[in-house]
Amino acid sequence: MMRRLLYLVILLICLLWILPTLGLLISSLRPAAAVANSGWWTVFGNPLNWSQFTLANYQHVLGQSGLARSFVNSFIITLPATILPMLFGAFAAFAFAWLKFPGRNLLFLVLVGLLVVPLQMTLIPILRLYSRTGLAGSFIGIWLAHTGYGLPFAIYLLRNFFSSLPAEIFEAAYIDGASPVGAFFRLALPMSVPALASLAIFQFLWVWNDLLVALIYLGGNPRVAPLTLALSNLVGSYGQEWHILTAAAFVSMVVPLIVFFSLQRYFVRGILAGAIKG
Amino acid sequence: MMPILPDWPLINRMGRQIRRPYLQPSRRRKMGSRNRWALFFVSPALLLIGLYLIYPTIHTIYLSFFDRRSEEFVGWANYQYLFASQSMLQAFRNNLLWLIIFTLGTVLLGLLLAVLTDRLRAEALVKSIIFLPMAISFAGAGVIWKFMYAYRPAGAPQIGLLNQVVTLFGGEPVGWLVKGPWLNNLALITVGVWIWTGFCMVILSAAYKGIPKALIEAARVDGAGEWQVFWHISLPIIKSTVLVVTTTMVINVLKIFDVVYVMTNGSFGTEVVANRMYKELFQFRNTGRASALAVLLFLAILPFIINSIRRFKEEAA
Repeated sequence: MMRRLLYLVILLICLLWILPTLGLLISSLRPAAAVANSGWWTVFGNPLNWSQFTLANYQHVLGQSGLARSFVNSFIITLPATILPMLFGAFAAFAFAWLKFPGRNLLFLVLVGLLVVPLQMTLIPILRLYSRTGLAGSFIGIWLAHTGYGLPFAIYLLRNFFSSLPAEIFEAAYIDGASPVGAFFRLALPMSVPALASLAIFQFLWVWNDLLVALIYLGGNPRVAPLTLALSNLVGSYGQEWHILTAAAFVSMVVPLIVFFSLQRYFVRGILAGAIKG
Repeated sequence: MMPILPDWPLINRMGRQIRRPYLQPSRRRKMGSRNRWALFFVSPALLLIGLYLIYPTIHTIYLSFFDRRSEEFVGWANYQYLFASQSMLQAFRNNLLWLIIFTLGTVLLGLLLAVLTDRLRAEALVKSIIFLPMAISFAGAGVIWKFMYAYRPAGAPQIGLLNQVVTLFGGEPVGWLVKGPWLNNLALITVGVWIWTGFCMVILSAAYKGIPKALIEAARVDGAGEWQVFWHISLPIIKSTVLVVTTTMVINVLKIFDVVYVMTNGSFGTEVVANRMYKELFQFRNTGRASALAVLLFLAILPFIINSIRRFKEEAA
């Protein structure tokens, strides 16, 4: 009896978690008139009738609403904004883990503090700097911003991983005459692939799903808008036209969903890397 | 924004196994040359962090004492306005509401799911479903739920699932996002909980699985009920993890922006601090007040910053 009740509770929670997204997906595939005049669940009335589905909404949002352009923009923004913080972060993390330099411990403490500084504290001065230098509304501007914002986390995660590597291999390499650069590229990086993979997924999803940073630094220029920004603009202009909004939302979600389903293990491992295992 | 755990060292168990990477005295010989290399390794990152995080943080505090165009020094006037204006106080009230309900909701539901799904045959599937919203953008989640909350007048066919359920049971359709001050704020907080519960569940579940099974079995043999086992044995063991997850949620919720911006943009009494700051900046063009709001967020988070630094120092010592 208790067991049944338990299953029922879990089933209900699962439904609550999956129905909203399912409703969105189904609605995005229905004709405009159908979406406006009947609930998406009515498609289950005759589930085998494929003529009640259409790709017209996707054609509309990708073409007329310019989401194809935003889709490309999201990639243009996200790829360098993932690679740059990982590269610079790995460099710095290596130094924090294996090299000694003045102020190392103090700097790392500052870094730990910066992990949770709200981005809101940084937006205004950077925006002004960007307006003066013409970086507002440019890809370079947002790449650098995401790099700066992502670095504390990248350094923190990778430093933990690097310092868990055995010291002997580095000592052996130095005795063999390797420089720290050689040790970094030939030893530290190849041995850290799992940590790098987790970090890459984190940073990729973070940047891809970011709205705030894009809104502040790219808000004035629709040609460079990523999907999240384009979607929130559509919500403003298309308010109640759900066939458009649902399709647009799904377009913005498709890449994260693919990443999530194919790399879920690394994603979860990334979260736990810090929380449980160091 | 992706989750960042603020004070990982607290439960950084491996920290103790990690060989402390400090150089031994005997290796000091090479220090001079490696010192130069260190500069090469850290300077790009430090330069970017200085430019994008440290300098602006200090500058924002400075700007919060100036007028809307940052030309005239106004002392505490911006802060006085924040605590006198009705709309600001509403944003503070809503942030407080978010803080309490969102944090309790995500942590308790996450804990419940972590415990209930443990040893369930469909555990992996259930967890994937709950964790899924974590992968999609908050803007996307906002649209998903705006559609769930869609309202059509009574008599017309409902297109939002929630109002369909309400009318099915003979109720009048509800304007979920319009009716304030409780209903619409709770409706928004629900979206936040929907997004973040999976995150809490994953971490709490890992901690829960780390509890030695023998301990739980022994308690059961001694005749303890499930609830007693949880309350007196499991919970005390994972207490530190629960604390870290709670802290993370508090820090997240203070900055809550995307969901509110996309779903209501703060209308009908659903304003929050971060959204109001955006409005001050771009709609009202008041840099002073926007900065003051940012500083307020910073001050709210400051205890957690200090705390995580202190914990880290203890752990490293």
